[in-house]
Amino acid sequence: MQRFVLIAVPYVWLLALFMVPFAIVFKISLSDIALAIPPYTPTLDDGFAAFFAGLDFENFAFLASDDLYWKAYLSSLQIAVLSTAMTLCVAYPIAYGMARAPEEWRPTLMMLVILPFWTSFLIRVYAWIGILSTEGFLNQFLLWTGIISDPLTILNTNAAVYIGIVYTYLPFMILPIYAALDRLDGSLIEAAEDLGCSRFQAFWLVTIPLSKNGIIAGCFLVFIPALGEFVIPTLLGGSDTLMIGKVLWEEFFNNRDWPVASAVAVILLLILIIPIVLFQRNQQRQAEEEA
Amino acid sequence: MRLSWFNVTSLTLGFAFLYLPMLILITYSFNESKLVTVWAGFSTKWYGELLQNDAFLDAAWITLKVAVISSTFATVLGTMAAYVLVRGGRFLGRTLFSGMIYAPLVMPEVITGLSLLLLFIGIGLDRGVMTIVLAHTTFSMCFVSVVVSSRLISFDRSLEEAALDLGCSAFEAFRLVTLPIIAPAVISGWLLAFTLSLDDLVIASFTAGPASTTLPIKIFSAVRLGVSPEINALSTIMIAIVTVGVITASIVSKRSLVRQRNEERAAVQG
Repeated sequence: MQRFVLIAVPYVWLLALFMVPFAIVFKISLSDIALAIPPYTPTLDDGFAAFFAGLDFENFAFLASDDLYWKAYLSSLQIAVLSTAMTLCVAYPIAYGMARAPEEWRPTLMMLVILPFWTSFLIRVYAWIGILSTEGFLNQFLLWTGIISDPLTILNTNAAVYIGIVYTYLPFMILPIYAALDRLDGSLIEAAEDLGCSRFQAFWLVTIPLSKNGIIAGCFLVFIPALGEFVIPTLLGGSDTLMIGKVLWEEFFNNRDWPVASAVAVILLLILIIPIVLFQRNQQRQAEEEA
Repeated sequence: MRLSWFNVTSLTLGFAFLYLPMLILITYSFNESKLVTVWAGFSTKWYGELLQNDAFLDAAWITLKVAVISSTFATVLGTMAAYVLVRGGRFLGRTLFSGMIYAPLVMPEVITGLSLLLLFIGIGLDRGVMTIVLAHTTFSMCFVSVVVSSRLISFDRSLEEAALDLGCSAFEAFRLVTLPIIAPAVISGWLLAFTLSLDDLVIASFTAGPASTTLPIKIFSAVRLGVSPEINALSTIMIAIVTVGVITASIVSKRSLVRQRNEERAAVQG
């Protein structure tokens, strides 16, 4: 009985507030926009037959016909893939340096990585507006050093979006890679070097494969939320920065077209379902290996 | 282990990248000038103006209320969920359950926010503090559950079994043995849930009503208009609170770890 209650309470909570809402989004994506608020039909009040008769794929057909949407999906995918790769390139040397640092430094280094993660996401994105703007600190610095003679336009371009994603998601990439590198047995690398590997070969053939789980976890943790990112493209990107999270927000709040916003969400979810399932499998496998 | 020049360089550059933007932000919150990128002398006037801004103070109060309530609910539900995941054995729909725990960790916020709003409207719940609390509880309980389950996995199960053998009921064994051992993880789970709630803009924007504007919503609408020294001051205060909190939490957890080790050593020697 106790066990039943223990399982049922969080289970029912998640079903009611996580699964049921998705079902509703799916249903509304098949509905028509109406002038009344809430702006969609049909509802269950009219009975099941009328309910199902009122559903159609009109909104999805609309999404397919307007190239704004598929361009937004493609450009989100491109931005998410590229920024995940960039985050990996920035994070790996940091995680590697942390794992190589003297034992007594590591808790401090670890805390230094975690601290920005606890600091408001919004504030960390906001900090870059002052740095990247035309009269911002980066341009002031570059003009002062004489590297450039005219200020660069970085804010309100896709470049600013990439910088923002790499910066804010960096801790998510560093931590799992560091965890994997920390567990790595140093004697394996020594063995590889004794057996004639160069340091680079030992790194490529031993260290990288053994930190694979950390790399995979980190990439999922960056890629999946980055794909639906809203704050970064809105604050740092320009008017030509197309990201699906921004489109969904505008569709919902500015155009008040809930059925189309729902259809946008359903397709985003379909794109994400494979990476989310893979991520969950990876986490579960790691948890079982640790146990 | 030795630190090569390559490691030193990557650590230095990496941490400079992580911290410089925030240091610049903090420095310029003490700037006299209204222009945020031109230094015009030291001043704390923006902090004074912030304290007189009722809209920000109201929003801060609502945010705090939501964060305390939702993180407390999330800690209870998340700890239960972690216990079920690690100790619950097999039950119908276990895969779905663990999926519902891991999926919200990475789910784009626009989707979670939109779907919760449509649910609240569907069941006729008025948007306000309560709906934000429900939304925040749901996604932060998953984070709590991940933090707590990693502690549950690593601890020695025979302690629980011993308590059961000695006549504890399952609930007593949990309260007297398991809970004290996983307490640090439960506390850091609460802190995580609390900061996630303080921080959340997107889900709150969907689920908040007109009278329940939270601080991130307020900051976001101000920031969209550009950089302002008042926001810098507000950010500095928030960064300071988080920094003090994280450092205190890490000192406390380190102390409790040392104490636990000493007790274990004393028990072995005794």
